[in-house]
Amino acid sequence: MAGAAPYSDERAREIIADHMGLEGPALPILHALQAEFGHVPEAAVKEMAEALNVSRAEMHGVVTFYHDFHREPHGRHTLKICRAESCQSMGAEKLANDFLNKLKLEWGQTTPDGKLTVEAVYCLGLCAHSPSALIDGEPVGCIDMQKLDELAAEARS
Amino acid sequence: MTKVYVPLDMAAVAMGADRLATAIVKEAAARGESVQIIRNGSRGMLWLEPLVEVETSTGRIGYGPVSVKDVGALFDASFLKGGAHPLSIGKVDDHSWMKRQNRITFARCGIIDPLSISEYEAHGGGAGLARALQIGPAATIEEVTKSGLRGRGGAGFPTGIKWKTVADAPADRRYVVVNADEGDSGTFADRMIMEGDPLSLIEGMIICGYAINGSKGYVYLRSEYPQAAKVYQAAIDVAREAGWLGDNVRGSGFKFDIELRIGAGAYVCGEETSLLDSLEGKRGIVRAKPPLPAHEGLFGKPTVVNNVLSMATIPMIMEKGAQHYADLGVGRSRGTMPIQIAGNVKYGGLFETDFGIPLGEIINDIAGGTRSGRPVRAVQCGGPLGAYVPVSLFDLPFDYEAFAAKDSLIGHGGLVVFDDTIDMSWMARFGMEFCAIESCGKCTPCRLGSIRGIETIDKIRAGQDVENNIDLLKDLCHTMKFGSLCALGGFAPYPVESALRHFPEDFHKPALEAAAE
Ligand SMILES: Cc1cc2nc3c(=O)[nH]c(=O)nc-3n(C[C@H](O)[C@H](O)[C@H](O)COP(=O)(O)O)c2cc1C
Ligand code: SF4
Ligand code: FES
Repeated sequence: MAGAAPYSDERAREIIADHMGLEGPALPILHALQAEFGHVPEAAVKEMAEALNVSRAEMHGVVTFYHDFHREPHGRHTLKICRAESCQSMGAEKLANDFLNKLKLEWGQTTPDGKLTVEAVYCLGLCAHSPSALIDGEPVGCIDMQKLDELAAEARS
Repeated sequence: MTKVYVPLDMAAVAMGADRLATAIVKEAAARGESVQIIRNGSRGMLWLEPLVEVETSTGRIGYGPVSVKDVGALFDASFLKGGAHPLSIGKVDDHSWMKRQNRITFARCGIIDPLSISEYEAHGGGAGLARALQIGPAATIEEVTKSGLRGRGGAGFPTGIKWKTVADAPADRRYVVVNADEGDSGTFADRMIMEGDPLSLIEGMIICGYAINGSKGYVYLRSEYPQAAKVYQAAIDVAREAGWLGDNVRGSGFKFDIELRIGAGAYVCGEETSLLDSLEGKRGIVRAKPPLPAHEGLFGKPTVVNNVLSMATIPMIMEKGAQHYADLGVGRSRGTMPIQIAGNVKYGGLFETDFGIPLGEIINDIAGGTRSGRPVRAVQCGGPLGAYVPVSLFDLPFDYEAFAAKDSLIGHGGLVVFDDTIDMSWMARFGMEFCAIESCGKCTPCRLGSIRGIETIDKIRAGQDVENNIDLLKDLCHTMKFGSLCALGGFAPYPVESALRHFPEDFHKPALEAAAE
């Protein structure tokens, strides 16, 4: 996530307040918090629990249930590589493993320079262009090692 | 001013369509040519993306796949007048891939500017809603029922019956919820409609709201689809601006509005009750049924939950009449299915056709076999919970009941093709792994059974006590099938069992070979 703002309780409360008019506002709030701060820190969960009048444990349960929300900051850029069936039919599993090995990363980890987080994703709806990936939300079809290397180099430059 | 179409579809963008559009504008300016770029949806010939179309006096001429480096040569070849070039596919409507289809749900997709109400109306949009408003809610539900439309999200439940249940449930509020979670690998039809013809989904939702007497609609869209979110939100704004949404829908006095909500990367939230909990802001845990969402759905109110395709087909059914739709198809599978062809195929894309087409015709003929050029070995039909179908079953007609009779699934209409390099014991393991990752955790057979499944398949793959472990795996599949609350745990065994049944050799690799891996 390029350009995440530093966390502040005040800003978190503002974001929460902006969504309180919605029915079932929890997910929209979480997305907005993560868009702002790059992650959903514990302090924000506490603010949410108070605003939504639920226990902190319950709020915590919501945040951790969803793969999208992370509790710790990610790298500056996020590369999501698809490992669902269609992409596997075009060799995604080996490609991703080789790429991760090269970067000495496991799924979900960030390069030591803090520039790139590599995550697994299960289908991007780009299955006619398998294997595919998303870099900071931008789709890339028919990836191969060369394309992945380019994306990684660009992210880490 | 020449109209040039460059798709905004996420698949086209993934292959460089945005950069291409910019390059065409720049090159045109440099050459003093006047072009109007229209960002349309995809025609579904995804192997040709980005497919650039130029409007000429004789129709729309296509070029694809076009990359930025081709732009100069295309101008040299007078592509703005439909000039000849190696990338030309001629008139797009005359392409055999298009001509062989029967496009109903996708009739407008790729043809119109997705955000233009006037183009939408010029292509029949709005006529379905007008007719619904004219014949009234009860007759509208009757039409939907008579069309034979079954839910395209996977379960194939008759849409009209669902609507009637909601309409008849006593309540002060009713909701329309569209399931755009489209998590199945090999599927992208929901995404394509939301990017290419979003107004049809909006119109379908309005018709549904009117029919069930509900005034609020939600679309729950997966977060992996940022482009669909952008286009659909823009379409909602356009529709509201034009008076299609709001307090007085098209001057009818009926009040309806739509809100787009984004999921958060949980496959199970495609299951309708989990989706409703997620919309309410909770963890996406599957609810026990009854109560059905039709009786107690979103915030406890009667709720229609329909897949994007089901809902986006409604306007056409209302426009052309139930009979027109019901006349298509076979058996109890009426109408058309937007089939999504993916994986290791030469021609991948979206192909909408009447039910009944044999599987082999789709794979060998329409999709042209594998992209790798190697023989087809298996096709996974209906997403990660669907069976692996071997070539020997390729005469299977595309029909809910025919597939079910072979322990297979049409599901959301995705087909993923694999060539002969695929290791089916690995894919079986992956199926269990996917179930373990995505399980909502409510039932033990799904949550723990899938983990036991991974361990057991690992042993089989390592050549350990193979026969006993295969028996154990089969028992485990049985337990999951009958002890799971929803189809994630309940259907996860199908790919595994089909792999075992049709490709047993992949589970009996000589121990030496296994040890060497
Ligand atoms: C694990 C699981 C995932 C599902 N995912 C989806 C999905 O992504 N989209 C969808 O429309 N239906 C999905 N369904 C089916 C829905 O529960 C429900 O049947 C459907 O949304 C109803 O709409 P329809 O009648 O128009 O098909 C899923 C079901 C299960 C068990
Ligand atoms: S089968 Fe799995 S996903 Fe479905 S309710 Fe049970 S634990 Fe949840
Ligand atoms: S399986 Fe990878 S994009 Fe669909």
